[in-house]
Parts: sequence; C-alpha cells; structure tokens
Amino acid sequence: MSVLVVAEHLRGQIRDVTRELITAGRELGPVTVAVIAQDPGSLVDAVNIDGVTEIVTVTIGAGEFENDTYQAAVEALIADRKPRVTLLGFTVNSMGYGPAAAVKLGLGFASDVHGIALEGDAVVATRSFYGSKVNAELEFPGAEGVMLLLRPTVWSPAEGVGDASVAALEVVAAPSRARHREVVEATTSSDVDITQADFLLSIGRGIGDKENVEMFQELAAKMGATLSVSRPLVDAGWMPSSRQVGQSGKTVKPSVYLAFGISGAVQHLAGMKASGTIIAINTDPEAAIFNVAQYGAKADLFDVAEELEKLY
Amino acid sequence: MKTVVCIKQVLQLGDEVEFTDDGLDVDPDYLDPALNEWDSFATEEALQLRERLGGEVVLVTCGSKASEAALRRCLAMGADRAIRIEGVDRDPFSVARALAEVVSAENADLVLCGVQSSDAVQAATGTALAELLDLPRAAVVTKVDYDAGARTAVVDRELEGGLVDRVEIDTPAVLTIQTGINEPRYANLRAIKQAEQVEIDVRNAAGGGAPAYRVRKMFVPDRGEGAEMIDGSPAEIAARIASIVKERLV
Repeated sequence: MSVLVVAEHLRGQIRDVTRELITAGRELGPVTVAVIAQDPGSLVDAVNIDGVTEIVTVTIGAGEFENDTYQAAVEALIADRKPRVTLLGFTVNSMGYGPAAAVKLGLGFASDVHGIALEGDAVVATRSFYGSKVNAELEFPGAEGVMLLLRPTVWSPAEGVGDASVAALEVVAAPSRARHREVVEATTSSDVDITQADFLLSIGRGIGDKENVEMFQELAAKMGATLSVSRPLVDAGWMPSSRQVGQSGKTVKPSVYLAFGISGAVQHLAGMKASGTIIAINTDPEAAIFNVAQYGAKADLFDVAEELEKLY
Repeated sequence: MKTVVCIKQVLQLGDEVEFTDDGLDVDPDYLDPALNEWDSFATEEALQLRERLGGEVVLVTCGSKASEAALRRCLAMGADRAIRIEGVDRDPFSVARALAEVVSAENADLVLCGVQSSDAVQAATGTALAELLDLPRAAVVTKVDYDAGARTAVVDRELEGGLVDRVEIDTPAVLTIQTGINEPRYANLRAIKQAEQVEIDVRNAAGGGAPAYRVRKMFVPDRGEGAEMIDGSPAEIAARIASIVKERLV
C-alpha cells in the first residue's frame, strides 16, 4: 500500500508530527515524503528516515505555509504518485487545506485519527466521537484514495537514517488567496515559564468561576507548585495564555501534574500526557483525563483543595 | 455587509452510554443537545461585524427539527434570520455540500464557521465548504480585521505552541473561528422569547456526492488500566495526594 506523507515545517524546521506520520506510514507500506517549501533541499535530510523510500520536493514561492499553495502541491502529488493513503498531521495548517483537497479529489477523509488498520486492500481508521467517550471504526468504500489527518503524539517519532531517493516535482500554483505575512509570538514572556516547572497545579473549566482562581493560586503557592490552566480559562480571559497547557499552548513535562476540574480534551492531553505523575480530581468519573492519569479522584474540587491547603 | 454563520447543534454524551441496535451510533436517549461552543464565538464575531459595519447575519445549519434550538439560541443573540437544511448525513463532506448549496445563493461577504464541533472534532467542514464555494479560507482564526467592501482582510491564525500566523486574505472568504476570539453575549429573556417566534426557513438537501467516511462500528474503547482511583473523604483524598506529591518530588 503506497503512502504519501506531507512534511510539516515552520521557520525552517521540520515539526515533530512529521516523524510521527512516517512511523504510522511505514507500518502500511513504502512511504513517500513530500517536502513543500521555498528551499525544500534544506529539509530533505531531516526526513530521510528509515522506512522512507522516496522524498519528493516541491519548490514554492512562499517562505511559510499558505493554504492554496499547499493544496495545489498536494493535489499534484496525489495525481502524480497516486498514493492509496495520504497522511497529514491533525494540525492547524493541515486543517486549512486537507479537507479542501480531499473533497475536491473525492478522497475518503477522516481527521484526528488515532488508529489505522489494513484489511486486505481496505483502510480502516479509528477515531473518537462524543468527547472521546466512544471510538468508531471508519471505512471508505468506493474511494480510490484516503486522506487521514493523524492525531499528534499518538505514534512515536520515527528514528533511524534512511536511504530514500530524492526527486523534484514541478507544480505550477496560482498565488495563494491567503498570503502569509508574519509569524508572531502570541504570548508575552514576562510571566512564568510553565515548561520549566517541576510541579504544576493545573485548573480547568470545573473551577466554575473567575473568583475561584485565586484560591487555587494560593494552594499552588502553598504546595510549591506553579499554576497552569486549560484553554477555557484563557478563552474566558481569567488567565494569560502563557499559563495554558495544550496543543495551542505549552507542552509540559513536570514530575507531577495535579489537575483540578480538567476533563481532558484531546488538545489538552497532548500537551501534558508525558508528565511524570498525573493526578486528576474531577466530578465526572468518565472524564478523559482519568485515561492518562496514574491517580484519580472523583470528588468535589473545592473540598479536596481545602483539605490539601490544611496539609501545607 | 452580509455574514453567513454556519452552526451545528452538537450532541453531548453523559456518564452512561448505550448504542443503537445497528451499533453505528450512540442511542439518542443518551445524548443531550447543545449549541457547538465554537459556533457561539463565530456568531458573536458576525454580530460585532454587523454592529461596526451594518448589514445582516444569516445562520445556516444542517439537522432535524430539534436542531432549531441551536438556531434560536443564535437568533436570540441577535442574528437576523436562519435556514435549516434537512436530510443531511453527519459526515463533514455531506454537511459541506449541503451548506454550499444554500450559502452560495446568499452571496455573503464573509462566511464564518466554528473551527470544529465538540462532538466530532473533524475541523473539516469549513475548509471543505470553502473549496466547494471556490472561496479563499483561513482556519483557526483568532482575530479578524475587515472593513466593509474591502477586497482583503487581515486575520490571525492560531498555530500550535503559542504562535500566531498573520495572513492577508482575499474576500469574500470562509473563516473558521477559534474559541476565545471574543466574548459571546448572553441573550436576555425578551430576546429568547422573540427568537422562539422567528420562522425558520427549512430546505431539503439535494444530496449526492460521496460521504467522507462510513462508520462501521462504534464502541466504548478499552481504557487499559486507567487511573488508580483514590476513594474516601475529601480529607483522605487530600492526604493521599499530598503523600504522592511528596514521594514524587524528591
């Protein structure tokens, strides 16, 4: 089964998800990696990994990602190499062109995929629905090819030097209708750096009210922990984005991650599941965070927080 | 200016789950409907554009009669009118095709969608819709800088790891809106009552086109060992947590 992996890069660096896609791809068959960049040659070595049989470079005008250009390039690659499976990361960039190419080309499509199986010549993808509480197996009858956007951090990054051949594909793309201007840092660095903390006390939507932030801030200070938060608290403007754990925030790996009222959205879990010890307190016994935590308690957050405070 | 907002009534699963007889979906009795969180931000963004630039905010959704509750919530926030499309499969391509038919006839200046829906998390419908409408698009937008009648807008896209990609985009365009872009307003009681009276324009999907996928089985995943659950009173739980923390922080 032929596999096309589209490499993702930012500011001249291949992003980790690309090596994860190669791991997933090489379990299915020979992998072609596409490098779409202004200077793709500079990125070729980083994707020449064991299991990659071919690297195809596509030279484009833009220095960073632009969705129309990527779409044109990926459509040309699929027309030329005819992969049975095209793998992209389930990332912000892929969201901007993957579904467009797939609907246009009549490919089968699924995103946030966390499992792939081959049954004869058929691809079966596994993904979650309803707040990650159930999984579904998806099939793609009749589709000549399938495009899957894979959930980051599920597959381990591929290692080992490969001996892929390198070819160039010329793609004539009209100028993108959405044009990159600049990449800016969303967060100011004046606040603490949560990625450096050895002990994070993290709070989520379950704390209910803005007034309750202070209580957990005090508890964190008493316990010697740094306070971090999940996305809803940043969206609500209760805490700065520099404190946010998750895919759109920071990826953290403290020795201890103590979570209060965080249900465990996929994007949050991706940012903290590598922590040493995860302890979660939640009122919902089915909360997804209990799947990655080593210790859990189904309890009222405030009762536990009050009792904890007495111990420090 | 005219802004079309595509919204979805999502289905939330509680603590318990049973599946339909064919095993392809969750039994509807175990699902609670709600307006997709992202869509309330998209609606708010459209309303703010209207406040600044005048014009109209039109809602479109795909779903059964029951999904009109989501439309009425957005109508109560202040949207002008609402269209519901019947008989559409739930996969993102089927939804995008049904939406495209209706949205293209609206000739909107901007089309806003939520980045994703909380029950399916495909993050695909808006981008597929843009392709079917042959419009430029930007995904995961956290800021919109647009003037009425302008041929371009400048938008911020939220990348991973706290980075922002600033993009200039030709308009009309489709933008998928991220949570946190604004503060969605609450509707007052009078607006909620008024929204109940609004007549919703119901259309039938033309159908056709292959779905993105077909569900062949839905199941509760094997959770593996999962977390060791700490039982007891809050004081007992706190004591156990304190001892684990102490042990792990040496």
